[in-house]
Amino acid sequence: MRSLILTAGAVALMAATPAAADELKIGMITTLSGGGSGLGIDIRDGFMLGLEHAGGSLGGLETEVIEGDDERSPEVAVQLADRMIERDGVHIVTGIVWSNLALAIMPTLARNEVLFISPNAGPSALAGEGCSPYFFNVAWQNDNNHEAMGQHVQNAGFERLFILAPNYPAGQDALTGFQRFYTGEVVEELYTQLGQLDYAAELAQIRAAEPDAVFFFLPGGMGINFIKQYEQAGLKDEIPLFGPAFSFSQDILGAVGEAALDVYNTAQWSPDLDNPANARFVEDFVATYERIPSLYASQGYDAALLIDAAVTAAGGDLDDTEALIAAFETAEFDSVRGDFSFNTNHFPIQDFHLRQIVQLDDGTLTNRLVETVFTEHGDAYAQDCSM
Amino acid sequence: MDPLLLIEQSLNGFQLGVMLFLMAAGLTLVFGVMDMINLAHGSFYMVGAYLTATFVGLFDSFLLAVVLAVPLAALVGVVVELVALRTLYGRDHLDQVLATFGLILFFNELVKIVWGPVPLRLTPPEFLAGQVELIPGAPYPAFRLAVIVVGIAVGAFLWYLIGRTRLGMLIRAGASNREMVTALGVDIARIFTAVFALGAGLAGLAGAMAGPILAVEVGMGEHILILTFVVIVIGGIGSVKGAFVGAVLVGMVDTFGRVLLPTTLKLFLDPSTADGVGASLASMAIYILMAAVLFFRPRGLFPAHG
Repeated sequence: MRSLILTAGAVALMAATPAAADELKIGMITTLSGGGSGLGIDIRDGFMLGLEHAGGSLGGLETEVIEGDDERSPEVAVQLADRMIERDGVHIVTGIVWSNLALAIMPTLARNEVLFISPNAGPSALAGEGCSPYFFNVAWQNDNNHEAMGQHVQNAGFERLFILAPNYPAGQDALTGFQRFYTGEVVEELYTQLGQLDYAAELAQIRAAEPDAVFFFLPGGMGINFIKQYEQAGLKDEIPLFGPAFSFSQDILGAVGEAALDVYNTAQWSPDLDNPANARFVEDFVATYERIPSLYASQGYDAALLIDAAVTAAGGDLDDTEALIAAFETAEFDSVRGDFSFNTNHFPIQDFHLRQIVQLDDGTLTNRLVETVFTEHGDAYAQDCSM
Repeated sequence: MDPLLLIEQSLNGFQLGVMLFLMAAGLTLVFGVMDMINLAHGSFYMVGAYLTATFVGLFDSFLLAVVLAVPLAALVGVVVELVALRTLYGRDHLDQVLATFGLILFFNELVKIVWGPVPLRLTPPEFLAGQVELIPGAPYPAFRLAVIVVGIAVGAFLWYLIGRTRLGMLIRAGASNREMVTALGVDIARIFTAVFALGAGLAGLAGAMAGPILAVEVGMGEHILILTFVVIVIGGIGSVKGAFVGAVLVGMVDTFGRVLLPTTLKLFLDPSTADGVGASLASMAIYILMAAVLFFRPRGLFPAHG
């Protein structure tokens, strides 16, 4: 078990909050080894930078972050959640990357009245009828970035789309979300295997279907495999490729290289978003970790800032869960994405932007803002949530 | 389906099979000859890919990078054999699985420390970056053809090495009756080290050839390792010929499962259900193939000995 315990002492700040001077324990359950660990490490690093920027303590309480590696396995995530609640007595859990893991641990957390601040996973199952007072998502509802791309592709006048995603909850959310705003013809809707290596068969199908454009959602290594093979098959110049930010996030750009150059994608955040909080975040992240932060890192950072703001608003009282939830609902913090508020289902209402991959002078690839696709966009499930 | 597309998909399936064969050849030798379950085989594959990516960055030559990376992967294999695995030959398979699983964790962590958590970049060399129009209207990536050529060359090399050389004879003898070979004065430990080096080198070569097509990332070995075990179980453990036939079978079944199952199911089900069910069935296709093969041939298609 590789778990690292990090204690950030904040004696000076504790003196300022005499109301409930106990300790805040946060369970950071995320993917730190094996496939997809780049995403989990980015979330963790972003969160730690947020903790540092908050002065080493969140909400004025001495803060302990307990890390656990979920190895991308729902079973391991549930074991970690159980252990962190029962042995370590965590107040808040965060870190989860994958929707299937978030769904797996949610019943345990809700039963123990432990808050889950999701810095990434936002499955539709937790946004509508199945919404939970103990679940907050600081990033997006899974469909959102795909909806934004659906709108962009629709606006740009493409009429025949080939769309594909992996066969798991977030993959189905992706294609549903895309088609909520893209209303043209879909020549083929394809579900690939989770963790698939070779896409030659799918690429042959794409070529044979002769679409106007391809929309794909393949996060992490799957996306690297697909984009490389798409370019090698000579398709990049023939059929334009579109995807959500996850398909072209900073963590994979170095690996796919010029195969991704000039491609458009949609996100709620970009490293060049013009606001002071983001400028500070990007500059310090690069200085600390020697790499450009990804979308995931920005979400981890915001999770730390959100917890800081909410716990402060609750006066550092972690025992009154109802008041703490209310504090989260109305928490105000300087999000790196700009304006941010929670919808009735504890998912964000925020802007979504179109980004393009560009090459910097030193050869690094990164995302640049092009335009805003949605302003103050919520999700399609909030109306079904009764909380 | 359009016959040209069918031919193209067959080529895709064959090429996936050949890539799996590169991995499976080394694994089946180590498993068959040394009776050693080596889960860390995927780690040598990862090391091969990472070394190739690093050398391409340093020397700007893919060929030179492969020439350097493959012996280094073999060397890593030798060190692992001498330091960790040698003591495990007499133990049962469960101990070997536990120990080599530990090696997977060790190598993943080591690679993360040396190269960082972000996946590396590796692209095909300039002269193989384009496409070749073998089938009219379906340009085929030149690098994938190169993978096929390398895979067939490795198959031919192993056929010659195992079947026609003195070392090959000793390997076969060691696989059939370890005690007798030792009694005849052959240093079996040295042969095992040589076989292990060969296996690790082949895994490294597989990593080098897969790197430009796939993601070079921590944990890349585990994914392909599962497929590789399916291949050698289908082919018959210890048989290089079995590994080749098994690999091509798995490549074909996987490719056509992905292509044909959703299309076929659409005849009976509504499209969205068919897509989901088809994708789920396609991901099971190779395991169903394995179960079917084992039902009729419990020792695989080409049992190596006994």
